[in-house]
Amino acid sequence: MSKSSMSDRFRKVDVDEYDENKFVDEEDGGENQGGPDEAEVDGLLRQYPSGRRGNMNAALHAVLKNPPINTKNQNAKERAELLVVKVLSSFKTSDIEKAVGSLDKAGVDLLMKYIYRGFEKPSDNSSAVLLQWHEKALAVGGVGSIVRVLTARKTV
Amino acid sequence: MAYHSFLLEPISCHAWNKDRTQIALCPNNHDVHIYKKDGAKWTKIHELKEHNGQVTGIDWATDSNRIVTCGADRNAYVWTLKEGTWKPTLVILRINRAARCVKWSPRENKFAVGSGSRLISICYFEQENDWWVCKHIKKPIRSTILSLDWHPNNVLLAAGSCDFKCRVFSAYIKEVEEKPGPTPWGSKMPFGEMLLESGGGGGWVHSVCFSHSGNRLAWTSHDSTVSVAEGGKTGTVISLRSETLPLLCVTFITENSLVAAVSIQDTAVLDSEPVHESLDVPKQAAQKGISARERFQNLDRRASETQSTDKDLNTLHKNSISQISVLEGGRNQCSRFCTTGMDGGMGIWDVKTLESAMKNLKIV
Repeated sequence: MSKSSMSDRFRKVDVDEYDENKFVDEEDGGENQGGPDEAEVDGLLRQYPSGRRGNMNAALHAVLKNPPINTKNQNAKERAELLVVKVLSSFKTSDIEKAVGSLDKAGVDLLMKYIYRGFEKPSDNSSAVLLQWHEKALAVGGVGSIVRVLTARKTV
Repeated sequence: MAYHSFLLEPISCHAWNKDRTQIALCPNNHDVHIYKKDGAKWTKIHELKEHNGQVTGIDWATDSNRIVTCGADRNAYVWTLKEGTWKPTLVILRINRAARCVKWSPRENKFAVGSGSRLISICYFEQENDWWVCKHIKKPIRSTILSLDWHPNNVLLAAGSCDFKCRVFSAYIKEVEEKPGPTPWGSKMPFGEMLLESGGGGGWVHSVCFSHSGNRLAWTSHDSTVSVAEGGKTGTVISLRSETLPLLCVTFITENSLVAAVSIQDTAVLDSEPVHESLDVPKQAAQKGISARERFQNLDRRASETQSTDKDLNTLHKNSISQISVLEGGRNQCSRFCTTGMDGGMGIWDVKTLESAMKNLKIV
């Protein structure tokens, strides 16, 4: 009887959205963060075999630039992760320590975030390589850098 | 450096009296024990039994000699010493979750209680009704308040919360005080006004502390950082990333240095240039614990649990340090401070010996 005269649009309202206790994270503009520049990183990587070790560190720095932390675009995050793992895998074991040493504290934290992200999706030899990087990064960053990976609300 | 082991249970919280001869602490149960210093020994002189839940916060008003305690039973009691015994007065906080921390204001005419109900209760005494009354600060707190600290002007209150933010509120109660003058943090201070909110996204804010002048505010966060903000300079927050597990408590010992105690044993002393530059973090005593498995293996092999000395726990505390308090010198010239922890022990640290023990560190 009353159905035809009253609106029932209220039934489509999601009440949970209006719950006072619901915790809403801060929204930071993440649209501009597309992840590291592939072309730049590839270029630097290709120069490695010619023995210019300086460029490996540069490749590492380049790939750690512009991390897709705030963006919601999952593709950007995955592309960034694959690129980082590629760069980390192309280092010689003896060079890892120096490379980590060339990073500043924020860089070491970011590196740790990528390392753990890389552990989530292992492929071929990636875990072994990442473990070596993890050991060196831990020596520099300490347990604190791992705590920051665990507590970060917006991560790569 | 002195260490006294009070109990086997963790010490939940502690507070000192004015001349530092008595300490009130909670041995992880519903009571508060007061110990008195007897030469080198500590003897228990009082037991304050009133709470129905764990006592989560104790603060001793040194000048008026009153103790306020708050507990997981959602109550707070103000204790006054009458004829040699401590008599409690209930304070109705109107919260529906456990109280977490409590602090007397500098002039001891009011106190603040942080709780799991996502609000801060500011309590003051109403003379006409002979009763403690409370007012709430609710917005925009989104989670449990873990720690509180008052500004020396008796009005501003810093609160660290589980919603990853550290905030400064005004707790101005017109019934008990006159209007406060302007401070670097702001000049308009009606009750409940928020004067500072730190950026979120760090980790739970475990501990907050104002410096002696009140111009600086430091807080420790669960992402192993210590941050310092300066009043009047919004946006300039220095964050020091620590290499240790999260620091659980912090206090200023001079205007430019802080002591923060780590989740396990270490005490890191941080020194800063007045001009926001990098902070130095030298550490006290290397710590390497033996895992339980190794202990049993040692027991098997050598009938003793210990190994060589360099693998022993050679730090003062054997477990997390949960609270730190200044003993002598106030927050601008601290010469001694005290830490209590989960190992049931209390450590008293001397700033001068710390300074000489750590190279590269000069406490300014």
